[in-house]
Amino acid sequence: MNDKTIFGGLDPELLERVTSRRNAVGRTGKMAGAVALASMPVMFGLMARKAFAQAGGLPQDIINVLNFALTLEYLENDYYQTGLATGGLIPAADRAVFEPIAAHEAAHVALLEGVLGANKVQKPTFDFTASGTLDPFGDYATFQALAQGFEDAGVRAYKGQATALMANDDILTTALQIHSVEARHASAVRRLRGQKGWITGNQTDVPQLQAIYQGEEAANGTASSPQAAEAFDEPLTMDQVLAVAGSFIVAGV
Amino acid sequence: MELNFLDRLARSTSRRTFLQWSGVTVGVMALGCSDDSGSGVGPPSGAVDLGTGDTGVLNYAYALEQLEAAFYTQVLAGAYFSGAAAAEQSILTDIRNHEVIHRDFLKAALGTGAIADLEVSFTSVNFADRASVLGAARAFEDLGVAAYNGAGKLLTTPDYLVVAGKIVSVEARHAAAIRDLLQPASFAASDVVNASGLDQAKPPSEVLAAADVYITTEVTANNLPTT
Repeated sequence: MNDKTIFGGLDPELLERVTSRRNAVGRTGKMAGAVALASMPVMFGLMARKAFAQAGGLPQDIINVLNFALTLEYLENDYYQTGLATGGLIPAADRAVFEPIAAHEAAHVALLEGVLGANKVQKPTFDFTASGTLDPFGDYATFQALAQGFEDAGVRAYKGQATALMANDDILTTALQIHSVEARHASAVRRLRGQKGWITGNQTDVPQLQAIYQGEEAANGTASSPQAAEAFDEPLTMDQVLAVAGSFIVAGV
Repeated sequence: MELNFLDRLARSTSRRTFLQWSGVTVGVMALGCSDDSGSGVGPPSGAVDLGTGDTGVLNYAYALEQLEAAFYTQVLAGAYFSGAAAAEQSILTDIRNHEVIHRDFLKAALGTGAIADLEVSFTSVNFADRASVLGAARAFEDLGVAAYNGAGKLLTTPDYLVVAGKIVSVEARHAAAIRDLLQPASFAASDVVNASGLDQAKPPSEVLAAADVYITTEVTANNLPTT
């Protein structure tokens, strides 16, 4: 992997900083990027409150989860649509992988918008350069690496919200049906990059995305081994996911 | 970091089943041998009944993991595997290991509530033939994903839903890899992911009907929850 092009200008500590909300808040005085980041959870809280105020038939906690999911789907959808529309970025042979993924993310957006109706959040403005530190649409290896991160994070994000949906069988089942599709995507993108389709320990070949893999090493009470860690995917909390997604969202939309 | 319930279980000295240990589903344990199930359909003599409530749903998962673990164990002993490309051997070995771990995990979790070991038969699979082996693997993985997706709503204990979620996404990762070995870029093709971008979710009746051809032991699931 070429550090010059993949996350080329990236401060090695940047994503570690921005993916930790507490740290980002603590360092707002030091970097513009961190300032944007720190305000992101605030923005999200506002969006959530707006959704609550408009809550109709669905319980507020379910609306909140669905808007969280919709935000992630907006992110993925924008990412793949931009990638596919960028001439010369994705080699012809690999479009067969990214086109169906993009189609699924667009379908997830439409589905969640439909379920939420008037309660849906606004689509954020995304910055996939993470404040100018990444070049995913100019460098294909970066595009693939970030795609893997988004898919692996998406799996963990949906998993982490499943129990919050237990009161509504239909919505829970739909979320599970999205969850496993994200896992299929993750496996395919990982393998396209020469990785295993499953996550060994908390390993990533992109150190800047480490926050997405923290905790994946859990063996769930079985004998600790690389295979045991691979055999179980672990959830992330909403806050953990938002901290990761925050580096790609422009605050104050 | 908070220990999850199975970590706590592993550290407990009593080794009681997590169903008893959790204290949440005492009623479920009682149902397994109580008159509450009197109106249900009992298993025929010699048959294995999956049981009721969350125990029944976890036994359902355990039955499928037994099937998958047995299948891949046979794959690794077969002629196709021994002559396969290194990359395919690596994938199949990993998946075998994961399925064995899933099986043993669920057995330990169910404790005394676990069903017996099932007898399986894969006579319809030619273990010397790549297409036959990978075709069956694809079917098992896609079926497993659909089964877990359909079973989530049947669980009442949040921790069990999380456990099922931890397993199902790994099954989906397997499915994607196997599918791509058979046909490039078919990891989420339209036969398994619909136009709304949703994977399959199947009820136990449909899943067990598909699995039945490989399971010699008679398995009844008449007392599983339906919602």
